[in-house]
Amino acid sequence: MDFVPNTDQDRAEMLRTIGVDSVDRLIDVVPEKARYPELRLPEPLTEMELAAEIRSMAEQNADALHYSYFLGAGSYQHYLPAAISQILLRSEFYTSYTPYQPEVSQGVLQATFEFQSMICALTGMDVTNASMYDGATAMAEAALMAMAATGRCKAVVSGAVHPEYRAVLQTYMQTRNCPVVTSAIRREGGRVVEERLDTLLDDDTACVIVQQPDFLGGVHDLAALVERTHAAGALFILSSDPISLGMLKSPGEWGADIAVGEGQGLGSPMAFGGPYLGLLACRDRYIRHLPGRLVGATHDHEGRRGFVLTLQAREQHIRREKATSNICTSEALVAIGAAIYMALMGPGGLRQVARLCYDNAHYAARQIAALEGYRVLETGRFFNEFVVQCPAPPEEVNRQLLDVGIVGGYDLSGAYPDLKDCMLMCATEINTRAQIDALAGALRDVAASRGGAL
Amino acid sequence: MTEPLLSEISRPGRVGHHLPTAGVPTEGIEELPDDLLRDGLDLPEVSENEVVRHFVHLSAMNYGVDTGFYPLGSCTMKYNPKISEEIARFPGFSAIHPYQPEESAQGALRLMYELQEALGEISGLPAVSLQPAAGAHGELTGVMMIRAYHHGHGNAHRTRLLIPDSAHGTNPATATMCGYSTVPVHSDSRGNVDVEALKSAIDDHTAGMMLTMPNTLGLFDENMAAISEIVHGAGALLYGDGANLNALLGVAKPGDLGFDVMHINLHKTFATPHGGGGPGAGVVAARDFLGDYLPVPVAARRSDGSYGLDYNLPHTIGRVRSFYGSFGVLVRAYAYIRALGAEGLRKVGENAIINANYLRVRLMQAYDLPYSRSCMHEFVLSAKRQKALGVRTLDIAKRLIDRGFHPPTVYFPLIVEEAMMVEPTETETKETLDSFAEALLQISREVEESPDVVKSAPITTVVGRLDEVTAARQPRLHW
Repeated sequence: MDFVPNTDQDRAEMLRTIGVDSVDRLIDVVPEKARYPELRLPEPLTEMELAAEIRSMAEQNADALHYSYFLGAGSYQHYLPAAISQILLRSEFYTSYTPYQPEVSQGVLQATFEFQSMICALTGMDVTNASMYDGATAMAEAALMAMAATGRCKAVVSGAVHPEYRAVLQTYMQTRNCPVVTSAIRREGGRVVEERLDTLLDDDTACVIVQQPDFLGGVHDLAALVERTHAAGALFILSSDPISLGMLKSPGEWGADIAVGEGQGLGSPMAFGGPYLGLLACRDRYIRHLPGRLVGATHDHEGRRGFVLTLQAREQHIRREKATSNICTSEALVAIGAAIYMALMGPGGLRQVARLCYDNAHYAARQIAALEGYRVLETGRFFNEFVVQCPAPPEEVNRQLLDVGIVGGYDLSGAYPDLKDCMLMCATEINTRAQIDALAGALRDVAASRGGAL
Repeated sequence: MTEPLLSEISRPGRVGHHLPTAGVPTEGIEELPDDLLRDGLDLPEVSENEVVRHFVHLSAMNYGVDTGFYPLGSCTMKYNPKISEEIARFPGFSAIHPYQPEESAQGALRLMYELQEALGEISGLPAVSLQPAAGAHGELTGVMMIRAYHHGHGNAHRTRLLIPDSAHGTNPATATMCGYSTVPVHSDSRGNVDVEALKSAIDDHTAGMMLTMPNTLGLFDENMAAISEIVHGAGALLYGDGANLNALLGVAKPGDLGFDVMHINLHKTFATPHGGGGPGAGVVAARDFLGDYLPVPVAARRSDGSYGLDYNLPHTIGRVRSFYGSFGVLVRAYAYIRALGAEGLRKVGENAIINANYLRVRLMQAYDLPYSRSCMHEFVLSAKRQKALGVRTLDIAKRLIDRGFHPPTVYFPLIVEEAMMVEPTETETKETLDSFAEALLQISREVEESPDVVKSAPITTVVGRLDEVTAARQPRLHW
């Protein structure tokens, strides 16, 4: 099937007006041997056939309607209020494009302004943009901002920042020949210990980047590190899970200069990794370095309030090779979804979601810590993720969990060689007591089938 | 009527969503100390019905493709199939975690693999990465691959990229982000890259050329073969900005035209919704010899027929984002390709070209057409004649809004004075094209007879022209 309404008669009339006898005349500028190639693709399908064919592919996947998930590591299963997708399915929103003509785009513009406002409140920062692609690219662009603001080159990053975020940072930094120094993460007995970041600071450091809660779930007192970072003339960049900010001290309260994070947890499904939502917020003094779209409030000639894209002189369509970044689109619709989520939740709801995540994870940790063969490693305080040492490689444990309808934690041994046989377990407000108890039971069975203890 | 802000609707004590109380026993759970906790959270308190009404009102103040004709040049505002919205929301696609065991995600991995194959076939560039989240992100990826290729072959001295003066701003911005300096190449009077200018600009410090094909004038470059020969002859690579790929579907493969690596905007050519400015996807497709430089991971099919993620690309530029790509967008593009097949895709290319040329011919009497030869899927008009009468492209655009149309792209490309870039796409009827043409012709008469009507437009919208100068001078970026 296709969506081309032109009939043969329409085409004939139009070709007559154009003054050619066939569309071939319009294409003969294309080199002949490249013209009209054969495309080897599957036969077309009608809507009915398409839905059936693709549904069967979807049904091959284990999903959160049918399995209980204890897997986080940067992508989280949170409850999505029904109102969100109903609003996002309004095609005036989703079939529009970047608001180049503000008079007919006040919907997207105002919704984005409201997103910006709520993210500022959540992160405790002065200004945020209309979004970046994801948390990882937001973090990379924050490092570039810090380099532009300080004139320095080096990034100091906590090894407890998401491994994929650190990988993206390396990719972005390599074109500038700027070094990235990473703190080491080690296991000491029953504890996970991080090399002190302030020992890695010097006067070539543009920024210090920390994640809170960190990738291993830990929540730490950052006050001293922030102070030492500033004393060294560098910027402090904090990457946060916005759901945790319903409870935890915000980047602004910590004194961060730039706050980044992954906004997927604010009203978007896990969706196998995308599309997601990069959050990038900063203090007023860095606004000219901020990449991406910014929506501002203004008035028309009759004094009516309206919203427009603003400070566009930072951007590629104006500044071209001198732009702060090459970013053009953002994740507009995902940001609107986040705005709807935050509006529905309100301060009380976000606090309650964070509370439920915290309580469920702490209950789960306690149940698992009591199991023979398992050990919950100490990462300091934690929010909703914790490290479990297993009696078998996580891959094997997870295979057995899958058989009983559970998707288990993230295998840490690849990214953290010291954490062999360890997995990162997560709980959110979705997980019920029954699910958590079933997880503990299943883990017990896995240990038993291995003959047991550490 | 304008709509209040959520902060203005907010009243203390209103609740938008109710959550269950803790289902687990909480005695003995250690609390976090105060110095790790936040001190208050200042967000609006609104009931669910108010939230819904608020966003419904906002949607009524927004114009999308489903509202009407949206001929934004180079954006390919074609119809977004509704079945794709259902498919993307199947729980088996939306409620799955990127790190769940591969054996539990075979349907998703198969979709990614088949999409890679299909886009490789359509572009003629078989090495494909689905990772980048937007066209500009794809450009960044592709140019990084070019850089890695040259560095890997001992050619780090190639530090320059050639970019036509008609190029989209993301091209030079991308070049700078990758550490390249840019060399502009101007266009000739027929809208082609000036071959002589290209020959004098290129040397052995050139890493590549970034080219949009058809170009941003909507024209297929008559010197395409020569450009490819010159660029490759100098040891450089040819990057394709795929924003205008809609014109080439079934008509020509970029790989056959000489491109070595390109990005494809799935939210343009492959009908995934534009979303008000995202989410999109900027898939990168490259020649086999560049395959080793692709970002990791790519989807792969193993010899036993199962699907997985391959991280073993020896010279990968690394990751350009977290996880594997904007999967929800990939699902929609896959559905589109499976629906259309080869014959449907060719119909897209042909009809996009017919529709654009039809509008071009209907409008060329009333508006300047700087390049009068046949166009591909879009064309650029100039309001030069109207400017002489005191009315500019901006005014004409605003008057089109009063006539119920979204305006074309304005003031781009930079090489055309008072530019209006019109891209109808293949999903519009002849009647729609005719009523748009009639509106623009009528406006051209208004310019001559009653220009103030055009200059005071729009008058039918919820707000009139907004003060963008004050918005930039005194930014108010949150409530």
